[in-house]
Amino acid sequence: MITTYARAIGAALATAMRADPSVVVLGEDVSVGGPFTVTTGLAEEFGAGRVLDTPISEAAICGVAIGAAQSGLRPVLEIMYVDFLTLALDQLVNQAAKARFMSGGQLGVPMVLRTQGGAGQRGAAQHSQSLESWLCHVPGLKVVMPSRAVDAAGLLASAIADPDPVVVVENKILYPRREQLPEVVEPVPIGVAATLRPGRDVTVLAMSRMVSESLDAADQLAAEGVEVEVVDPRTLVPLDLPAVLDSVRRTHHLVVAHEAVAHGGFGAEIAATVQKAAFDDLDAPVERVGAPFQPIPLSPGLEDAYLPDAASVVAAVRRVLGR
Amino acid sequence: MTDPAFDPRGLAPDRLVELYRQMVRIREFEERVKRTFAEHPGVIRGHTHLADGAEASIVGSVAALRPGDQLTATYRCHGYPIALGSDTAAMMAEIYGRATGTCGGYGGSMHLCDPERGFLGTSGIVGQGIPHATGAAWAAQIRGDRDVVLGFFGDGASKQGAFHESLNIAALWKLPVVYVLENNSFSAGVRTEQEDANAAAGEPLATKAKAYSMPGVTVDGGDPLAVYDALSAAVARARAGEGPTLVESRVYRLSAHGNSIAPPGVPLHYPEHEAISRFGAVEEYEAAKRGDPVPRFRAALVAAGVLGDAPARSIAADAAEEMQHAVDTALAAPFPEPAAALEHVYAEAPA
Repeated sequence: MITTYARAIGAALATAMRADPSVVVLGEDVSVGGPFTVTTGLAEEFGAGRVLDTPISEAAICGVAIGAAQSGLRPVLEIMYVDFLTLALDQLVNQAAKARFMSGGQLGVPMVLRTQGGAGQRGAAQHSQSLESWLCHVPGLKVVMPSRAVDAAGLLASAIADPDPVVVVENKILYPRREQLPEVVEPVPIGVAATLRPGRDVTVLAMSRMVSESLDAADQLAAEGVEVEVVDPRTLVPLDLPAVLDSVRRTHHLVVAHEAVAHGGFGAEIAATVQKAAFDDLDAPVERVGAPFQPIPLSPGLEDAYLPDAASVVAAVRRVLGR
Repeated sequence: MTDPAFDPRGLAPDRLVELYRQMVRIREFEERVKRTFAEHPGVIRGHTHLADGAEASIVGSVAALRPGDQLTATYRCHGYPIALGSDTAAMMAEIYGRATGTCGGYGGSMHLCDPERGFLGTSGIVGQGIPHATGAAWAAQIRGDRDVVLGFFGDGASKQGAFHESLNIAALWKLPVVYVLENNSFSAGVRTEQEDANAAAGEPLATKAKAYSMPGVTVDGGDPLAVYDALSAAVARARAGEGPTLVESRVYRLSAHGNSIAPPGVPLHYPEHEAISRFGAVEEYEAAKRGDPVPRFRAALVAAGVLGDAPARSIAADAAEEMQHAVDTALAAPFPEPAAALEHVYAEAPA
């Protein structure tokens, strides 16, 4: 079946809600689908009691989801833009992530927080960011960041079933992308990477929108005789380090590509971890692709210049190979 | 009844005595926490915040609940689980950081919980537990079993966005939640009227309820029966599906905000109350001590003929014995194994 990243997520929500009456969806404008039509149709099927429009109160609705999760529901909260997550960070970081630990294992928070980031829609500096590295820094949270519709649906199913808080970071540019999906999408386990293109010369570990950019880069480099292996971690926390190391030990070169600001980005964590674990297997220092250390500009020419893309990956591959 | 003015609010004598007994137990527990700093230096590290002065408010509130109801609280959280029937020895062990503690030593004084009895935990961040009570009430509404949730917090928390956002949501969705604002007259070291617009204008903090079109009532939190009365009405309203209520319970915190904080090796202690140390209001504090809700309720029950001297002495002796046992067992309890520090981050340890 041909579907889109957005529709695959909506279908996964509907499947989970049909299977489990404790699964509820809440967020701003969710009953009318939200700005990206992800939740379109859910209110019609499941009613306003399970698909709840909330006031524009990110802190409280995140806390409401936590309290509801501790009291037996499986809430799927939508924070419309990851940029708005700043308003809910106490609830996510100090409350959801720590309740199980502080209670010695008594108070789990089985909630899912769906949000989306990424630039490319001329959204300017407050509607375009990629902030996943903040979330990856917090023990107690799981963080998934799907690049394909099949993973977005499959990881969401696993996130809803998970006993711990899971943040699903979607990408606004990916929502309308079309993809061939099986009739029944199987859950994708959290913490398992996927190799999307095999190659022997260099590993590109790419996240979210940078996966398709990296696949494009691999096509270009193949024409030059460079075989790129593209690996999508799919889950950032917990990271599938064995899969990354397995690839690096074959290719001996690693490029980490994400759209987030490179400075303090999750790519730095991966680079440090891989260099520690596989130093003798690397023929060159790990290269990173990320955005410059600046807010995201509005004007099309400025935003295009800001955004990492396939050309950035090609350049990084050439650097890591010394070409 | 020898005091014709005494109104038991429909409670039978044995329940009245039980309320008093719970107040005495909370007071004794808090006294023993406080004494630990002097008698066993170094045994408590980190932050403790005592509920002495709020016993009547806590006990009167919890008495309005039935099994299945739930509550959330703040870091000043020792009183609620005692009123709910939690094991005081495990609570003291938690405060001492021991493996046998309520939370295995992971949470400490600020983060007690007892989900089996409906106590869904606390927030050490001011006001941020209020949305959790709201969310638990939403879950109760969806279950349709008429359970009610109490959200306890202080006057300082009512300046947080989470408070205002939560009250708006609860009123909008008619959630079965009662917000219990324990106004103890101080936000840490600052007087309420220095940081609250209602208080500065001479109005009660319950005025805030008006902004969210819900009932707001102010009650003498030193009188457990007045609190029970106000909470019973609010809980009944919530249970009937009519939505939330904001109850401002006016109490006077009898200890300082919390103990002194210092690195390991430096002795900790309970400082003088802020009324005296910062504001020089000795007479105000002494008046609060004279109005102490525990002896006040005992005197009311004695005057009403509900409680005799001998049973009152027995309640005090039982509480002293219980909390001595809590201290003794907590002191003797083992610390968690260091390797346990890495547990409970997730439901299952990562491979």
